[in-house]
Amino acid sequence: MSRFKRVRCSLLVLACLGTMGTAFAQTQAAARQAALANIGRTATPAEVKAWDIDVRPDFKGLPKGQGSVRQGEVLWEAQCASCHGSFAESSEVFTPIAGGTTAQDVKSGRVDGLMPGANQPNRTTLMKVSTLSTLWDYINRAMPWTAPKTLTPDEVYAATAYILFLGNVLPEDFTLSDANIREVQDRLPNRKGMTTAHAMWPGKELGGTARPDVQGSNCMVNCKAEVVVKSFLPDYARNAHGNLAEQSRGVGESRGVDTTRPASAAAAQSGSAVAQAERAPAAIPVAAVVKTAASGAASVMPLLQKNTCVACHGMDNKLVGPSFKDIANKYKDRADAVNYLSGKIKAGGQGVWGAIPMPPQALSAAELAQISQWLAQGAAK
Amino acid sequence: MLNRFLQRAPENFLSREQIQEVRAGRRGFLAGAFAAAAGTVAAGRAVAQGAATPADGEPEILNLPPHSKGLGQPVAARGYGLPSEFEKNLQRRESPGLTRVSQASVSFCPLQGLFGIITPSGLHFERHHQGWWDIDPSKHRLMLNGCDEAMLKRPMVFNMDELMRLPSVSRMHFIECGANTGMEWGNAAVPTVQYTHGMLSCSEFTGVPLRTLLELCGADLKRAKFILAEGADGSGMTRTIPMSLVMSGEVLVAYGQNGEMLRPENGYPLRLIVPGVQGVSWVKYLRRIEVGDMPYGAKDETIHYVDLQPSGLHRQYTSIQEVKSVVTSPSGGQVLLQKGFHNITGLAWSGRGKIRRVDVSVDGGRNWTPARLEGPVLAKCLTRFNADFVWDGKPAIFQSRAVDETGQIQPSYNELRKVRASRSIYHNNAIQSWALEENGEVKNVQV
Repeated sequence: MSRFKRVRCSLLVLACLGTMGTAFAQTQAAARQAALANIGRTATPAEVKAWDIDVRPDFKGLPKGQGSVRQGEVLWEAQCASCHGSFAESSEVFTPIAGGTTAQDVKSGRVDGLMPGANQPNRTTLMKVSTLSTLWDYINRAMPWTAPKTLTPDEVYAATAYILFLGNVLPEDFTLSDANIREVQDRLPNRKGMTTAHAMWPGKELGGTARPDVQGSNCMVNCKAEVVVKSFLPDYARNAHGNLAEQSRGVGESRGVDTTRPASAAAAQSGSAVAQAERAPAAIPVAAVVKTAASGAASVMPLLQKNTCVACHGMDNKLVGPSFKDIANKYKDRADAVNYLSGKIKAGGQGVWGAIPMPPQALSAAELAQISQWLAQGAAK
Repeated sequence: MLNRFLQRAPENFLSREQIQEVRAGRRGFLAGAFAAAAGTVAAGRAVAQGAATPADGEPEILNLPPHSKGLGQPVAARGYGLPSEFEKNLQRRESPGLTRVSQASVSFCPLQGLFGIITPSGLHFERHHQGWWDIDPSKHRLMLNGCDEAMLKRPMVFNMDELMRLPSVSRMHFIECGANTGMEWGNAAVPTVQYTHGMLSCSEFTGVPLRTLLELCGADLKRAKFILAEGADGSGMTRTIPMSLVMSGEVLVAYGQNGEMLRPENGYPLRLIVPGVQGVSWVKYLRRIEVGDMPYGAKDETIHYVDLQPSGLHRQYTSIQEVKSVVTSPSGGQVLLQKGFHNITGLAWSGRGKIRRVDVSVDGGRNWTPARLEGPVLAKCLTRFNADFVWDGKPAIFQSRAVDETGQIQPSYNELRKVRASRSIYHNNAIQSWALEENGEVKNVQV
């Protein structure tokens, strides 16, 4: 075989291999796709119905139903007020829902309290929400906080109506329904308050702008005449996040600063930095470690968590309700403390510790006794 | 947390085995151990002072410690390993006063002590809206359906066995909460980088491209413009995801994190990965994907995660985490122990792609020097940077400024506020300043 022939033959083989390779890859891709198609199964209509609960801004997905402001008020007191306050204005647990909107906002679709210079300290839900579907969908999927997805559609309509009444969007005698919800959408105070004219959506689906709105500087040398510190933490906040000495590694080129000691003590001496630095780490032994919770509450903690008691009661600190420690102190001398506390937990109550009511709790007698005993014995950690 | 301010008694320098030795009556050992413990504290001081070594040499060297003269612990003593007893200061922590209930709260990642770019899974920041769950993977399902019957040829259900059989990919990405650094819009508000920037973590995630699943369902890719992702927990988190990002193959339905399964706090057994986009879109406990033709206006797209602008309008669907960086050491709340050489180290990231450059300033932004970028430098992933610093004992202000591959430059607070004022809450990517004082203490400041 001549050399020429050999080369031509090789080329031919290469070309063949190339074609075969492409065809092979295609076959392989098709075979792979066919194989993958056997993984997973078709969802049944009942399954899709059970999970497809979202309601879109055009109200697609909204179930039929209705609820009045008055029905909403009853529901609210029973299931919502303990976190949100009777008038949905409370900031005790979550950010306020109602407040800050006016009849003029309902007309204009823009909230005056958000305008430049308005300086409204809080931004409530009703000052921001631009689509009514959002309120309905969220209450339906996530509320009440400790028992989400337990409201009927009519109850969701009623709760939504009551919130809108509190925000002066609906009159007291209104009944919200799937038939009139679009008209109510046209009364939302901030319905014209949103924009997508920005470059922070990763796609072109929302229009937006091509160029980001903020750009930094490339300057490398003599970029400003002077450097002025405009903001720093006040000394009284020094220990507000706990002792920072215990939040940094105990080995390396630095240590966490001991914030239990005043900054002035360290700052007063302007001598050698080395001598200064010695002061801080001296109080920070390498093994200054966080000790995790001790065993006292270990027996009841699963119960407290399971029943979401800890959502409202802290061990030592007041949250929505009093701390377990405060409860224990208050009733430590009471002979029938176990019975009394069991009864209060079961029935709920209001007024002993403040205006925010505690809802009744569905615990077994054994669970009630266990928690009450722990409280009566001092709520040990 | 409850006894955070308690310091351990010296006994706790001893391991359980060592204590047993003591109890067994080997009292000579006890004396030696206390000497070692005292030595540890003294060593801290000695380092601080740069003090003279005793003429003979250090006791750490001259007196052999128990671990050099005894038998250590057996293999598999801990079936799932734990960090050293001496590393317990680095924990994720809540910021006092930020939230009222800890099931709807956030814990911050201790960036001040982390190396490289991967976040240890146990220190990954947390954000839960209605508490976290440890879900039995055999009971978990993922459903895909359309906003109408024409949008998908076939609505489907997958269990975890099936999802984990599908062709998988592993990718390294950062996740940052849209509200990270949100407390600092108006002024310096919190003391350390854990609280200013700690809603940031970075992992290697393993899972199936969402695109693969949509193709299996026969989605109408011409009509489809948006995806709704929905969680299985009480909050039933929902977020709108752009179809363009899904079709790029970047969006993953993930079960793996750093070589193991996702941690429960991070969405076990399934979460969505949306690279470059704020963490709230990375829906945990993912149960459902709906393919649609309009955005969904979810609670966290209409009431929260909307950015108030000076005009009084809220920006809606702000998703990309823009170019940003922070010096993690030296940083607020730390004390430098000595003058002389120090390594300035930090993290840079961009939701638009790779980091191209990071500059560092030690004089509050008057002059800048390029930092060294450590590899790998990956798109939508944390990048570690380092720079030399020789401390002469005088005050300094550390800053870092990142540039991404699209040419976006991280802005100063002045540059950012000039456009967006200070009421946005979300998407604060301004340059962070840390002031080093003559006594070695570093503090959070704004210039």
